[in-house]
Amino acid sequence: MIRIFNLTFLVFLFLITKANSLIEIDITRGNLDPLPIAVSPLFQDDNSEKNSINELKVENVGSEISSVVENNLKTSGLFNPLSKEAFLQKPDIAHLKPRFEDWALIKAQALITGKVTIENKKLKVEFRLWDILAGREMMALAFTTVPSNWRRVGHIISDKVYERLTGEKGYFDTRIIYVSEEGPKTARVKKLAIMDQDGFNTKYLTLGNELVLTPRFNPTSQMVTYLSYFKNLPRVYLLDIETGTQEVVGDFPGMTFAPRFSPDGKKIIMSFAKDGNSDIYTMDLENRVVERITNHPSIDTSPSYSPDNKFITFNSDRSGFQQIYVMKADGSNVKRISFGKGLYGTPVWSPRGDLIAFTKLHKGKFYIGVMRTDGSGERLLTENYYQEAPSWSPNGRVLIFYRETKSNDKGEGFSAKLWSIDLTGYNERQVQTETDASDPSWSSLLSN
Amino acid sequence: MNFTKSFRNTFLVILLSLIVSACATKTTTTKVEGQMQGDVYTGTDTVKYLADGVPDRVFFATNESILTTKSRDTLRKQANWLRENSSINVVVEGHADERGTREYNLALGERRANAAKDYLITYGISADRISVISYGKERPVDSGSNPLSWSKNRRSVTVKAN
Repeated sequence: MIRIFNLTFLVFLFLITKANSLIEIDITRGNLDPLPIAVSPLFQDDNSEKNSINELKVENVGSEISSVVENNLKTSGLFNPLSKEAFLQKPDIAHLKPRFEDWALIKAQALITGKVTIENKKLKVEFRLWDILAGREMMALAFTTVPSNWRRVGHIISDKVYERLTGEKGYFDTRIIYVSEEGPKTARVKKLAIMDQDGFNTKYLTLGNELVLTPRFNPTSQMVTYLSYFKNLPRVYLLDIETGTQEVVGDFPGMTFAPRFSPDGKKIIMSFAKDGNSDIYTMDLENRVVERITNHPSIDTSPSYSPDNKFITFNSDRSGFQQIYVMKADGSNVKRISFGKGLYGTPVWSPRGDLIAFTKLHKGKFYIGVMRTDGSGERLLTENYYQEAPSWSPNGRVLIFYRETKSNDKGEGFSAKLWSIDLTGYNERQVQTETDASDPSWSSLLSN
Repeated sequence: MNFTKSFRNTFLVILLSLIVSACATKTTTTKVEGQMQGDVYTGTDTVKYLADGVPDRVFFATNESILTTKSRDTLRKQANWLRENSSINVVVEGHADERGTREYNLALGERRANAAKDYLITYGISADRISVISYGKERPVDSGSNPLSWSKNRRSVTVKAN
């Protein structure tokens, strides 16, 4: 169905200056001043321009790539890309050797320059990151790929710059799988959709003939698990997004739901509901062995593994109301960790391992928050009329979730959109989607 | 045992509704007079009928799957109708309102559908004539975002399967 370009990026590391530069972003603080950065359009020669127009229908793929980078850096909230109108130096000259005084004059602290060529159906991109205050190069890289892959080149450059300046892995060369929604609330049509993290290249993976919910990526491959009501039998499915093949997970005599992969990608963990009781089960994807993890007359759902696969956090109403619990991966040592006022749901373990993100319902408001894995240090990041289902960026820095608006008595005014927020609670922003959207799940980095 | 349990539940529901109506006189929690008791829907707006006098659905309180006196009355009518029409099988659909997380609501809908199914079984309907499906909050019948709309959506609906 979806063809993922299986291309290999040839990465040449032709120069890396070691650390001790002046600029570095302190990302431990929340309310920081974003770093002023100049993203010079990547230079493109006349011949490449012709090829760019012919092959990509894009006039200047160099400036398009720099726009991708600029947008990514801006969206992260950690960078402030400066207006190109203020740039004094031409892209080709800046790429050879920037006049640092000119860039310092417009208050840039870092500068990205580069060059693209399209020849023989190959796109070659070089870029350099410069430290303006120290007056020297921080990084230089080159990529060769097929021209149609130019947006991904922009994402990879963004990741490299982000990593060099923050010391953490980036999250730009990633995708979001979500549920696209259309139609009135009482007869909503839902489809699986996938897009680049910045909202481009949307593709629909199902036609909307049956209800689909809660897609989640395998962190180690291009597989997705989700809930489908195919033939009115709600079951957990496994979908290979490269080949489009799908299969039911396990052979359960009832509804299976709330699926998620284990971080090593070897198991699916989910709920199975029977006779009014939902418990947590796993299925090993290699030998298909099904294991029961919880056995309790309450509702046990929304399971999520710790990154080391040793623990599971989940949602249960065994105390009488929805709360968050942690147990060992074999189901032993069950401990309640949420004790604040209100109801707690959808716990998701951070890829860094130290935090659990959740949805909280209290006095008619919904919150997205994080707490430590023992339940201490609860922090609410955002409050709204309705929002839930946070999913972590692969570096554990950003949460994506969905938010619904209130309808009036006729059911008008309803919408469902994706939003993201920084772990610090700052930089909350809507993630653009072609249709209404819910249940987002963030992929791992595509290139590594 | 079933009897004592249902008796206890009835008692609880009566007690609860007394408390709630007592509160309602002081505050304005029940804005829509006569349409909700506590927060369980008691109107007939969205109700359809399996046959004359046999309502197809019962309603639940927030986060609950306990059958009210009225719900049990409706389900007994359904059981009678099913006994008289032994060739008909049914699906009990469980639903939740929009004010809960999606996955928990799927489980809650399944719990509600099974509460209705179990009651039908108690009244002599064979378990293999009744299947259940939960839609969680995915199929509201009222699209408003207010307590009355939500109360109509917290329901289980008995639907002919053949």
